Amino acid sequence: MRKLAIVALCALAAGCGNEPPPPPSDADTAFEKKLQEQFLDAKPGTVIEIPPGKHPLQRVLTLRANGVTVRGAGSDKSILSFKNQISGPEGMLVYANDFTIEHLAIEDSKGDGLKVNDGENITIRDVRVEWTAGPSKDNGAYAIYPVKCKNVLVEDSIAIGSRDAGIYVGQSQDIIVRRNRAEKNVAGIEIENSIRADVYENTATGNTGGILVFNMPDLTQHGEHARVFKNKVVANNLGNFGAKGTAVASVPAGSGIIVTSNPKVEIFDNDIADNRTANVIIASYFITNFADKKPSEGYDPYPKSIYIHDNRFSGGGDAPDGLDWKALKVSMFGISGHFPDVLWDGYVDTKAQVNGQYPAEQRICVKNGAVEVLNVDGPNKFSNPKVLNDEVHCELPPLAAVELKGNT
Amino acid sequence: MSSLTRFTRISSALVALAALAGCARTPQPVHSFAEGKPEKLSDWHLVEAHDGRLVANTDVVPYDLNTPLFSDYAHKFRTVWLPKGTTAKYDADGPFDFPVGTVLTKTFFYPKSGGEAKAVARTYDTSRDFAAGAADEALDLAKVRLVETRILVRREKGWEAIPYVWNAAQTDAELARTGDAIPLELVADNNEREAFTYVVPNENQCAGCHVANVAAKAIEPLGPRARHLNKDYSYASGAENQLAHWTRLGLLAGSPDPARAPRDADWHDAKAPVADRARAYLDINCSMCHSPTGPANTTALDLRSANADLRRLGVCKPPVAAGRGTGDHLFDIVPGKPDDSILLYRVTSDEPGVMMPEMGRSTTHKEGVALIRDWIAATSGNCDA
Repeated sequence: MRKLAIVALCALAAGCGNEPPPPPSDADTAFEKKLQEQFLDAKPGTVIEIPPGKHPLQRVLTLRANGVTVRGAGSDKSILSFKNQISGPEGMLVYANDFTIEHLAIEDSKGDGLKVNDGENITIRDVRVEWTAGPSKDNGAYAIYPVKCKNVLVEDSIAIGSRDAGIYVGQSQDIIVRRNRAEKNVAGIEIENSIRADVYENTATGNTGGILVFNMPDLTQHGEHARVFKNKVVANNLGNFGAKGTAVASVPAGSGIIVTSNPKVEIFDNDIADNRTANVIIASYFITNFADKKPSEGYDPYPKSIYIHDNRFSGGGDAPDGLDWKALKVSMFGISGHFPDVLWDGYVDTKAQVNGQYPAEQRICVKNGAVEVLNVDGPNKFSNPKVLNDEVHCELPPLAAVELKGNT
Repeated sequence: MSSLTRFTRISSALVALAALAGCARTPQPVHSFAEGKPEKLSDWHLVEAHDGRLVANTDVVPYDLNTPLFSDYAHKFRTVWLPKGTTAKYDADGPFDFPVGTVLTKTFFYPKSGGEAKAVARTYDTSRDFAAGAADEALDLAKVRLVETRILVRREKGWEAIPYVWNAAQTDAELARTGDAIPLELVADNNEREAFTYVVPNENQCAGCHVANVAAKAIEPLGPRARHLNKDYSYASGAENQLAHWTRLGLLAGSPDPARAPRDADWHDAKAPVADRARAYLDINCSMCHSPTGPANTTALDLRSANADLRRLGVCKPPVAAGRGTGDHLFDIVPGKPDDSILLYRVTSDEPGVMMPEMGRSTTHKEGVALIRDWIAATSGNCDA
């Protein structure tokens, strides 16, 4: 019966299934052809201007020339809409160095919004990438997606509605992500398998998880060294709409900042509030419910050298997502209580320990006033959780700031 | 007089002249342009439509692959031409090293189905494609509809891809740098019909597959490799193994005896082992991106037929950047469980953002999907940790 009703609805809306999209107008076709030609003809120094207006496009814009700038009149004015896309799946796909994109929007692409693959000196400024129907299973994975890049600057941009991560920098090195807004994504901002990233002055709110620093097995490089500071990570409590099987599908709704298996992370001077599972989670690869428990050789599944200090916390931890977390919270802190601001999964690399302690430089350290850390005892299925005190009250030397050269 | 009328008159005059000449048409020599993009395919004199046929010029050699890329059920007519006196160098794994000036063409066409221009046959039967008495060297334009011809030309600076789309009159193909979208309807033998948009890639999309080494950022041919070419072709002079034929013509140097050269299975050959067929299918359809040097090396999936690492092949490998492409499955391949495998989900889909390959098709390859299903179903093991 229910199936029948759905079929009837589909027939009415004619938007379900895989109906061919309506044909574009002659003006739209002419605009797209000209724009495609500009992308084909681009040479070092070319500036491709996107005029104000909403421009429907059928096909991914692919760029392969170095030294090109794509510039609109503003992220609320020059809009490339891929709602009726037939070929892609990305909105824009860039395989080039010395690339700058600024002041425009990419909407409703079938796959990733803006993907930059194997580029050096990549600047993404005041770009909005959005799925306009809000969080949905039909949305693309990543809004802003530099991968395997060197010298990446993402600033003053907006990512909304990604089914994976809004701003996702993967397998890259020397990265600055600043003054962006990530909203209604599964993960707001994610730094994955990347080396040297500064993530600051961003606002991540209304996502499932606010800011993630992940290191995963099997990929082209292992990540280390990320500084997450001066961000507002507030009320990331959106129900997880990630696709099962993806890493972010395991992120509990209500996660502020999550570090998974990534060494050398410094989290400081952030405003972190009202994330209802926990404001900060430090995890190993093992706590995640990735089905895969046999990561590849050379990969370190344990988070090491993590330093949390001088953040401003409020609220949060009061309504964790998932039965295990809920039960744990209630049993330890009562129905109206809340988790401490920092949760740690409790998995330890005993081989790296000396006398039951990591060497000083590999420790997880918290120096944040009265902020408490809960070891949830993941290895024993939460059977012996405890609030940590002296063992985490330590300091680590600050990580060096990222310096970009060559970005314009 | 409109230019169209003028064109028609001139064309008619030319046809009349050709008729007078009694078909003793002397083809012009192949022109390999060292730069630029000629407006017409016929400017190259590689493959040309005349007298109701699509004909390869003298010294332009047609070829075929053991297992081809799936392209919405299109049939393909491929040719190679090398400047006189030059030779390609054999390679056991990668594309042959072709000399500057080499031009490859690949013409995508369909057997016609009824009178409607957009109706094309969904069939694997190629026996009606070729003109009588020409073996597999000329297409019969009464029987087939030409859609596009893609050119790969080896220039001083490297390979370039140039797309041409055939006109409605089927007399020539015109430069289509930004690609095209052509509404067609596939008609199966049982008269099942499927409307779809045939998408001709633009030049940068050509590179999406043909830049198989993402760091080198250079276009290269994909088909002309030993393992794909090692098969017989029905030439006008008789059937012969392609590697042997190319060697005999002086187009190829360094090839071993075909019996000792690598050879991928024919995906459609029911007598071949299913694993060989599936691996050949994945190689030609996926490995231009999914190799250790390809653009999808971000995902750690390696679908080359040479890859022996099961995890890299996708067995029990969690996805990396699949998004909704997982179809809510946990692993790329779950042995014995095709319906739990992301790979099958993605090759089955025809939805951009989910489907694999990401481009080059708008329809689902039913027989290809069935092959991948059979292969996964026959694979032993499990992904329980």
